Amino acid sequence: MTASLIASGSLRNRLVLTLIGGAAILTLLLFFAIRNYAIQIAQQGQDNILGASATSILDAASIRDGTLEIDIPYASFSMLSTPSDDRVFYAIYQDGNFLSGYAGLSNPSVNPGRRSSFETTQFQGETVRVATAARTLIGAENRTQIRVYLAQTQDALSGTLDKISRNAALFGAGFFALATLLSFWASSTTIGQLKRLTTSVTRRGPQDLRPFEKPVPSEMLALVTSLNSLMGRLDQSLRQSEDFIAEAAHRVRTPLATVRSYAEATLQRVDKQENRQAMRSMIRAIDESSRAAGQLLDHAMTTFRADHLERQEIDLVELVGELVERLTPIADMKDVRLNLRSEGKITCSGDPILIQNAVRNLIDNALKYAPGESAVDIAMIMNPDIQIKVCDSGPGFPPNEIDILATRFTRGQNAAGTIGSGLGLTIAQDVAMAHGGDLLLSNRPEGGACATLSL
Amino acid sequence: MRYIIALIVCIYPLLGSAQEWEDQQRFNDGVSGPPLRIIASTDTALFAPIIESFISENPTTAIEYLVTGTADIDRRFRADPNDFDLVISSAMDLQLKLTNDGLALPLEDIFAPAWAQWRQSLFAFTSEPAAIVINRAAFTGHAVPQSRQDLIQAMRARPEIFRNRIGTYDVRQSGLGYLFATQDARASETYWRLMEVMGSLDVRLYCCSGDMIDDLADGTIAVAYNVLGSYAAARIESKDTLEIILPSDFPTTMMRTAMVSRDAPNPALAEMFIRHLITRQSRPNEDSLLPPLSGPLNKAERATIALEPALMTFLDGLKRRKFLAEWEDAVIQK
Repeated sequence: MTASLIASGSLRNRLVLTLIGGAAILTLLLFFAIRNYAIQIAQQGQDNILGASATSILDAASIRDGTLEIDIPYASFSMLSTPSDDRVFYAIYQDGNFLSGYAGLSNPSVNPGRRSSFETTQFQGETVRVATAARTLIGAENRTQIRVYLAQTQDALSGTLDKISRNAALFGAGFFALATLLSFWASSTTIGQLKRLTTSVTRRGPQDLRPFEKPVPSEMLALVTSLNSLMGRLDQSLRQSEDFIAEAAHRVRTPLATVRSYAEATLQRVDKQENRQAMRSMIRAIDESSRAAGQLLDHAMTTFRADHLERQEIDLVELVGELVERLTPIADMKDVRLNLRSEGKITCSGDPILIQNAVRNLIDNALKYAPGESAVDIAMIMNPDIQIKVCDSGPGFPPNEIDILATRFTRGQNAAGTIGSGLGLTIAQDVAMAHGGDLLLSNRPEGGACATLSL
Repeated sequence: MRYIIALIVCIYPLLGSAQEWEDQQRFNDGVSGPPLRIIASTDTALFAPIIESFISENPTTAIEYLVTGTADIDRRFRADPNDFDLVISSAMDLQLKLTNDGLALPLEDIFAPAWAQWRQSLFAFTSEPAAIVINRAAFTGHAVPQSRQDLIQAMRARPEIFRNRIGTYDVRQSGLGYLFATQDARASETYWRLMEVMGSLDVRLYCCSGDMIDDLADGTIAVAYNVLGSYAAARIESKDTLEIILPSDFPTTMMRTAMVSRDAPNPALAEMFIRHLITRQSRPNEDSLLPPLSGPLNKAERATIALEPALMTFLDGLKRRKFLAEWEDAVIQK
C-alpha cells in the first residue's frame, strides 16, 4: 500500500556538514587573523626597540671642536639582546660617507628623518629588520647629516611567532571541536521536531484523520497545515463515499425485497421445471445482493459508530445470548446447533450495537461454512481480556490467506460456492479495533475455523 | 755547508714572520692525520691539562695549540678562518663580534645555559675576576688596599714607593685589557680617577698578563691592576710574594670563551673538544689551573660581563678612538 520513497540526501547530514564547514572556515579565518595580528604586534615590538636604539645612537652624536663624535651608549646594543641571541648589525654614515660599523649595510634610497623607517631585507645571508634614522647636526661652520642603519636578525621574532601560531592552532582546534559538537547538537534538536511529528503521524490509527493540533515550529507550520488540509479532504471524501455506499445500499435493499417477494410469488405459480429452476437462481441472486447491501450498510454504520464510539456498560452474556436466540431459527434451517458457553457474568464497556453487529457477522460466517448436522461453538471468556470465540467445524481458513482475510472485500478461495460479500470479518475487525482489541483468526486442530474477537 | 745552515737559521724566522706565535705546541704529535688547530690567548701551561685530558679520551687526535694576544687572535682569525678549528680567547667582546659576523659555527647539540653561550656558537668555560695583584713587600706595615678607592689613597699617600712601579694593560694592544678598561669605565668614574693617579705615577703598560706578573714577582712593580687572578695564582713559586685582591667596590668578571670556526677543517672533532671543555669546566676541578664556570646566580660570585651584543659597543671605531683618546689623556702624561 505504501510505496517506498527514495531518500535524496539527509537534512541532518546536510545541516551538520554546513555547520561544520562553516566552523572550519571560521577556524581558519580565526587562525590566520590571530597569526597576522601577532606578526604585526611582534614586528612592531622589534621595530620599536630598533627605533629607540637607533635614536639613542643619533642622540649620542655631537660636534666638538669641529669634529664629529658619536659616543654610542652601551644601552643602545644592550637593549637589542633577545632570548635567541639575535645578531646585530649597524652602520653610521656622515653625509653619505661610511664612518663606522658594517660597511655593507646601507640603503641610500630610504630618506629617513629623526623617526626611523623600517624595512626587512637580507644581510650576510640572513633576513634582517633594518631601522634607518637620520639627524642633521649644525656645527659652527657647516651642517652635517648623520645617518644610522641598525639591523637585527629575526630569530627571536620567528620563535615568538611559532609559539603564537602553535597556540593559535590549538585554540582553533578547540574552537572547531566545540563547534562540531554544537552543530551535532543543533541538528539533532532541529531534526527532533520533525521526528516528533513523524512519530505522531505513525502512531495514529488507520481511521484517525483528525488534524494535528500540537504546536509545531513555525518552519513546519506550512507542512503541517497542508498535511491537515490534505487529511481533512481525505476524511471528507471518505465520509462522502461511505455515505454514498450506505445510501446506495439502502436504496437497493428495499426494491430488492419487493423483487424477491414477486419472484417467490411467481415461483409458486410456475410449473415448468426449468422455469422454476431459473426463478430459484433469481431468488438466490437477489438474496446475495440484499445480503451484500445489508453488510455494506452494517459496515458503513460500523465505520461511523467506531469513529464516534459511545461506550456504555453492557452485559455481554445477555447481549450475545439474545443474538444467539435470534439466529437459532436460521441455524435450525441448516440443521446446525448453536452452543453458547459463558463463564458467569461478563460485563464490558463498549457500543452494544457494534459488538452485536460484530458477533452476528461472525456467527453468520460460521453458519455459512458449517456443514449440516454440526455445531457452532460460541464461547465467552475473560482471561483477563474479554474474548468472544466463534468456532465452526467447516473447512477452516485457508492458511496462506489467514492474514489478509479481514481486509475489505476479500473472500477466501474456498468460499466460491457461498453467499457473501467479504465484509463480515472486516466489520468484526473494525469493531474490535474501535474498542482497542483485535480479531484473531485461526484454525482448529480437529478441523474448522475459529474467529476470536477480543475487546 | 755551515754557511748554508747558518743562512737557514737566519732566514727561517723571517719566513715564519707571519706565523710568529707567543707559543706553539703540538700535543700527541705521533699520530697521523691533520691536528686540531686551536688558536688561543690562554698560556699553554694553563690550558695543557685540558688538552691532555682530551687526548687521553681521544688518543688518535693530535692537537696544535697556538698562543697569541687577544687582538692578534682576532686579526689572524679574520684573515684566515679556515686555518683554525677552535678559537679560545679571554676578550669576550672580540669573540662576540666574531660570532656576530657569522664566523662561528653553531653547535646545536651542546647544552649550555643561556648566560654562558651566545647563538649556540660561542661558549663560556671559565669565570675569572679582574684582580689587583700586589707584591707584599711594598705593603709591609701598611694596610692592603681592598678597593680601587683604597688603591688610589695608597698611591697618593706614598707616591715615592709607587712611581714607575705600577703596572696595567696597555689597552691599545691587549684586547682583554681593553675589555676590562671599558667595563670599568662603564661601571664607575673611579676608574678614570685611578687612571689619572696611575698616569701621574708613570704607570708601566704591558701587553700581557705574563710579563706583568713576572715583573710583579721580581719586585720591578709593586701593584698590577686589572690582571687576571688566575695567572697570578698559577705562579706557585710566587705564592708568598704576591697577594691577589678582588676589588670590593665593583667587580669585573670575565668569562673565557671558545668557538668553532665556521670554516673549521675538522668541525666534528672541534665540537667534541668544546663538549669536553664545557663538561670539564662546569665543576671545580683539582688538576685544572683555570677556574671553573660559575653561574651568575651564585651571589658570592662577582658580577660577570654579560655575553650580549652590547659588547660590540666599545669595538665601534668612533667609540674606540674616543675611549683611547681619553685613556691616553689620563695615563700618558708627558
